[in-house]
Amino acid sequence: MDKFTTHTGVGVPLRRSNVDTDQIIPAEYLKRVTRTGFEDGLFAAWRKDETFVLNNPLYAAGSVLVAGPDFGTGSSREHAVWALMNYGFRVVISSRFADIFRGNSGKQGLLTAQASQGDVELIWKLLENEPGAEVTVDLQTKTITAKGIVAPFQLDDYTRWRLLEGLDDISLTLRHEAEVTSFEATRPSYMPTAIDA
Amino acid sequence: MAGTLAEKVWDAHVVRRAEGEPDLLYIDLHLLHEVTSPQAFDGLRQAGRGVRRPDLTLATEDHNVPTTPGPITDPVSRTQVETLRRNCAEFGVKLFPMGDVDQGIVHVVSPQLGLTQPGMTIVCGDSHTSTHGAFGALAFGIGTSEVEHVLATQSLPLKPFQTLAVTVDGELSEGVTAKDIVLAVIAKVGTGGGQGYVIEFRGTAIQALSMEARMTVCNMSIEAGARAGMIAPDQTTFDYLQGRPHAPTGADWDEAVAQWSTLRSADDAVFDAEIHLDAAELEPFVTWGTNPGQGLPLSANVPDPESFGDESDKANAKRALEYMGLTAGTPLKAIRVDTVFVGSCTNGRIEDLRAAAAVLKGHQVAQGVRMLVVPGSTKVRLQAEAEGLDKVFSEAGAEWRLAGCSMCLGMNPDQLAPGERSASTSNRNFEGRQGKGGRTHLVSPLVAAATALRGTLSSPADL
Repeated sequence: MDKFTTHTGVGVPLRRSNVDTDQIIPAEYLKRVTRTGFEDGLFAAWRKDETFVLNNPLYAAGSVLVAGPDFGTGSSREHAVWALMNYGFRVVISSRFADIFRGNSGKQGLLTAQASQGDVELIWKLLENEPGAEVTVDLQTKTITAKGIVAPFQLDDYTRWRLLEGLDDISLTLRHEAEVTSFEATRPSYMPTAIDA
Repeated sequence: MAGTLAEKVWDAHVVRRAEGEPDLLYIDLHLLHEVTSPQAFDGLRQAGRGVRRPDLTLATEDHNVPTTPGPITDPVSRTQVETLRRNCAEFGVKLFPMGDVDQGIVHVVSPQLGLTQPGMTIVCGDSHTSTHGAFGALAFGIGTSEVEHVLATQSLPLKPFQTLAVTVDGELSEGVTAKDIVLAVIAKVGTGGGQGYVIEFRGTAIQALSMEARMTVCNMSIEAGARAGMIAPDQTTFDYLQGRPHAPTGADWDEAVAQWSTLRSADDAVFDAEIHLDAAELEPFVTWGTNPGQGLPLSANVPDPESFGDESDKANAKRALEYMGLTAGTPLKAIRVDTVFVGSCTNGRIEDLRAAAAVLKGHQVAQGVRMLVVPGSTKVRLQAEAEGLDKVFSEAGAEWRLAGCSMCLGMNPDQLAPGERSASTSNRNFEGRQGKGGRTHLVSPLVAAATALRGTLSSPADL
């Protein structure tokens, strides 16, 4: 995973709440066996509407998505994160994220910046008044800046550290493999295995 | 989550706890299906890693499978299923492929084998893994990176959840089911209200539910935003498990039951949040919008978006009515459907099929309505056929299908066409969930069957 320190890019105002993962990427696009190429399915149904924000050329190169509350609800599909990243997004700003989506993002290096709804509204207004305006998201200081707006955001310390260092979770856990092995030895004998029935 | 059931299960699985780090939790059972696993196996290969505990890992084919006889015709779906087969063979993971007697929806298969047991940690790359919490297991959905993590290490780093107690006391009225309980809970909590929480469902109405009904309740915990739903194991749980292929036997059984019996929240347990529902006040519930929190009793009218206080809820409701093609004020019972779907990991078990069949028996599905009945697993199908339920469905004019996820999500041939409207026993009414442009009303199996007969959203009491 690449290190994430700060990112500056075109902000995309997505004035919708409850953006579920079926909207981010519909099921019909989940059939690939790779982690790439999912940008074609990103917001597939909404992109058919010519007034949809990403169909405006001024926003099309966006890399910072600014969405309403409860972003990423529903299915656990990590394809939603891949689709956003394959398209070019590096940051999603929202006042509330669904748990699984936020976890998946942290594993892939997509920053989920949790800001207050008031600040989200300010950023929306700016981006709508000045399409193509850039937003900077600084993970060191946990600050979003855009024109005159300076807004703090939240991310848990552990995920922040992993993103700043670009660390892979599996290697971190494998440092403690001996502890997994000793735990395993204490499991009750009645616990099932999937093998013999 | 002091002294709660969730805390007890969590604490019993902590491999490592260190200041400033998430807990490392041991995973007792890892379920796989074809959609969320290929990239995880690929990651293992690239890193030269193996599967640490193939014996604690089980795979089944469900999301892509057609529910009519014959092979998968869509080449991309076929590749995904074939990739799972190759990966399972290469890494030594047990797989129930299409055609196998144990094949079915992953969340139906594991409980019926007796693999889902109280006090376990269970994960799967599927948000409806919360289903298994019905046994007092801590079970939750994970993403593909985490699937790879569990394959490689049989553990997961996790930050503790908060706990939400949902207490449902009293007796359900005739025709009101587990599905109605959980739809009412989601309408109350909202789709985001459960975020960060494990829900423990408790109270006399929950205790009175069968295991299958408890699975329906826990299955939809995720639709309230919760990571997991749990119900303390009791005699109903033990009776369901005893004698199943993977359940303990002999002295192991006694030891297990003794241990399982300790799995309940202490009387003085502290929950981070609590809500109460009176079972007697519940009615058959149905969704009118495009998220599972947009639900109302079947006797209500389509709400007026202006009636919502919150601006965001107002905008959401307006948009939902537009997508659903509904007008505020219309009685929900006046809504005409063209499709009825009974099945899914929410309501595709034998009791669900029995309930729907009892309503349909001796009647005909309304003209212009297509009804699909899809068992959640091959074993459920065989059981239903042994009981003659397939005949009841066929004689009523419904289509009796093979096991799979089917019309719950638009990933296999069973889909709504644009503009079609369904009454569906599945779990999500998101825009396009059942097929592009499709409109979904979430309902119980009883309401689904009554709706099929009348052609408009109905409960058996309306017949």
